[in-house]
Amino acid sequence: MRRPAPPVYSPTVQRLEGLAKLTGRECYVDDFPLEEFLWGATVRSPAPRGRITRIHFDPDIEWSQFTVVDYRDVPGPNVIALIESDQPVLAPGYVRHVHEAVVLLAHPDRAALRRAVAAVRIEVAAEPAVFDFRVTPRPNQIQYGPDNILKHLRISKGDVERGLAGAPIVVEGTYETGAQEHLYLEPQGMIAALEGDVLVVRGSMQCPYYILKALREALGRDETRLRVIQTPTGGGFGGKEEYPSTIALHAALLALQSGKPVKIVYDRGEDMAATTKRHPSLVRHRTGVTPDGRLLAQDIEVVMDGGAYVTLSPVVLSRGIIHAAGPYACDHVRVDGRAMFSNAVPFGAFRGFGAPQTHFANERHMDRIAARLGLDPAELRRRNLLRDEESTATGQVIRDGTDRRAVLEQALLLADYDAKRAAHTRFNRSSAAKRRGIGIATFHHGAGFTGSGEVMLASRLVVAGLPDGTVEVRSANIEMGQGTLTVFTALAAQRLGLDPAHVRIAEADTARVPNSGPTVASRTAMVVGRLVERACDDLLRRLGAEAATGDAVRAAIRHWHEGHRGAELLGEARYTPPPGVVWDDVRYRGDAYGTFAWGAYVAEVEVDLRTYETRVIDFVAVQEVGKVLHEVLARGQVQGGVAQAIGWALLEDCRWKDGAMANAQLTNYLIPTSDDLPAIRVAFLETPYPYGAQGAKGLGELPMDGPAPAIVNAVAAATGADPCVIPLTPERLMADIKNAEHGTRNAELRQVGR
Amino acid sequence: MNNSALRTPHSTLTISFTLNGSPISLDVDPTDRLLDTLRYRLGLTGTKEGCGEGECGACTVYLDGLPVNSCLVPTYQVRGRRVATVESLPGARLDPLLAHGATQCGACTPGVAMTACWIIDHPDLLGSHTVRELLAGNLCRCTGYDGIVDGIAAALQARR
Repeated sequence: MRRPAPPVYSPTVQRLEGLAKLTGRECYVDDFPLEEFLWGATVRSPAPRGRITRIHFDPDIEWSQFTVVDYRDVPGPNVIALIESDQPVLAPGYVRHVHEAVVLLAHPDRAALRRAVAAVRIEVAAEPAVFDFRVTPRPNQIQYGPDNILKHLRISKGDVERGLAGAPIVVEGTYETGAQEHLYLEPQGMIAALEGDVLVVRGSMQCPYYILKALREALGRDETRLRVIQTPTGGGFGGKEEYPSTIALHAALLALQSGKPVKIVYDRGEDMAATTKRHPSLVRHRTGVTPDGRLLAQDIEVVMDGGAYVTLSPVVLSRGIIHAAGPYACDHVRVDGRAMFSNAVPFGAFRGFGAPQTHFANERHMDRIAARLGLDPAELRRRNLLRDEESTATGQVIRDGTDRRAVLEQALLLADYDAKRAAHTRFNRSSAAKRRGIGIATFHHGAGFTGSGEVMLASRLVVAGLPDGTVEVRSANIEMGQGTLTVFTALAAQRLGLDPAHVRIAEADTARVPNSGPTVASRTAMVVGRLVERACDDLLRRLGAEAATGDAVRAAIRHWHEGHRGAELLGEARYTPPPGVVWDDVRYRGDAYGTFAWGAYVAEVEVDLRTYETRVIDFVAVQEVGKVLHEVLARGQVQGGVAQAIGWALLEDCRWKDGAMANAQLTNYLIPTSDDLPAIRVAFLETPYPYGAQGAKGLGELPMDGPAPAIVNAVAAATGADPCVIPLTPERLMADIKNAEHGTRNAELRQVGR
Repeated sequence: MNNSALRTPHSTLTISFTLNGSPISLDVDPTDRLLDTLRYRLGLTGTKEGCGEGECGACTVYLDGLPVNSCLVPTYQVRGRRVATVESLPGARLDPLLAHGATQCGACTPGVAMTACWIIDHPDLLGSHTVRELLAGNLCRCTGYDGIVDGIAAALQARR
């Protein structure tokens, strides 16, 4: 089977596990072969807040046949370890949101288990709950600190009051975004089993070491008796960042209690109702501008709904406020951000991590400013986009050699922006029932963990040379569809001059792979991929074969093993920050990220004035993401991200009852189908980033940031309405258009008409 | 995994049907879903459950040659009929989908592959429907559908 290794890896290598996925051979958690196991299930709180007064087990069920677990069975502290220690594994007699886990059950028969779950009745003495994060809570609604503020963060640059006072024009706006369900197609699932004295947890996850930490803390079990293994993960988008720790703990408790393997797989309804969503947001802008459109001062207030526990809200808020002022130069910026407690199912990580919310507000606001000034929205952006040597809101001086105006111009060119604007004017005059418009958004996304985050993670990665002359990359970063396996294989193969067939990626198993950090924050290809390269270099150094490549490397690896029988040949890399990156976490000043990716998106829409439906009829996505590592994978990330963001902008409407999702089913929570979307046209500009793998920057989250504002800006251009709330459902748009027609709002817009 | 003592008592039916070209007989409960029978009784785990309510298409199988959501089909209803699952698709047919990025996380993919092959096998449908219309019963959260649509177009092109 041996064939000569090509001198350079061919970038046409296809997704490595792709055929297994297409033929149904890929083995996800619910496909994992198990013998003599129990199904696990969760009994949840029916009420948003209060003391549990009674848990009633229906006597018609033979409970002795079930494994039953509650908070008293948690061996360690009853806490899901994350940023704060406020969230219990199982509610200890008090609940803070609907669907909070109270009792766990396990049984060999799934149908019997479902009947049993329905036969447990939890009674709660209700207390006043808080559901609207936008209003100041009453004293009897305070449940976190003195004011229900989970986290308060501020950014200050220059003197915003002086900037506003000196501005000839001040434009204000308030913008809101709704929650969004991840809707990964594979629901959450986890298997826990004792293998000897080791508790092994397998499942669908983004962050094996997060789960390991949560198990260690709550089970009071040291890491030598714990092992977490990722199974192929059918989509994550952030939804499998922190939540899997909960389901892993639940499966683990049932497995420890019963002594049998336990599998918990949520059905779609439970997954939608009980797991995290994107944080709803409210953002207020007050912006001082010159008549020719130069930004003088940006005063921004960001409020997010955190839900009933802290979870990741502080860091979501952090990324949100850092991106809130957009990719523009402005001397005076103030951002005040708060994440609020509410008695809702906790909100969590979701692709973009707070930035899509603040970019939506800022990019809608830019169009409102353009309308006020009578400027083309593209021209307003041209005049304010950051140039090298200018600084962001945190004072981070940008000098990456990227031409951000070129990104915008390329997008306008591909979208045929000017001609479309003229054509729409004609179309809208001649059409009775349809209106067309085009809208743009320019935006950025910081890659990797914020501030000192990557330094604190201290990621470590190993490339092992195996006795047969192949190499194995050992990392905790996982494949969830974004292409980690393919990209890591390609990076190692190219670095060592090997055929990709001689590289394998180890299963993400905490017993075998070092902690290279979580698979989040658009960090995997850029940050961890760089560790793959450096670990390959270290492997060559250990072989004394720095100049060697291809077959010579394989021969050197085999030779090393002949001289070191039974030993491991490991090349290793640890994260080191790029030089000159300085971040002040107290004052929120400095280099928030090692680098940013930049985007300019253009959406063309058609609005039906009879149904108020909005259809995206063309979409152009141009981005600068450093070096593109794999054309097909990169394009797929952009197209998928844009599609998900189109859903957030127009369709995906979480309806709430007592802080829980009332439409937790695909019948009435709508995500885009193939027929709802246009072809998404993608182009990349490449300015290699010296500290990312092969020059790559983060890509995965960027496409979530631009589509919603571009689309709503296009709807505004089409209809003359001024929509400020998404999802922009037909009902909302109808109200927005009626408001614009009646002039009850948006007096500013009328001035623009001149 | 069946514990008959705990199941709501139903009469069991014995049915025969053709599965991936071979005859098969099974005892089934009238409430069993075809999806569960395939996955948990017969070990054909290629067919995935995405929603359990007939919206997402991840569980698509062919019933007498037509794509259906197996989560909505009671197993007893396939008596005497032909069922084909993703396991019956030859890998080589899926190369154009792979090349164009039609799969990412893979959870919707077996269902997408079934519908895609059905479209490719029935190009006459494209006289009255677009690929995007024919594919609208299969939800994908990763690709934005472009990779799937492009892969189907390439396969149709290759057939000509």
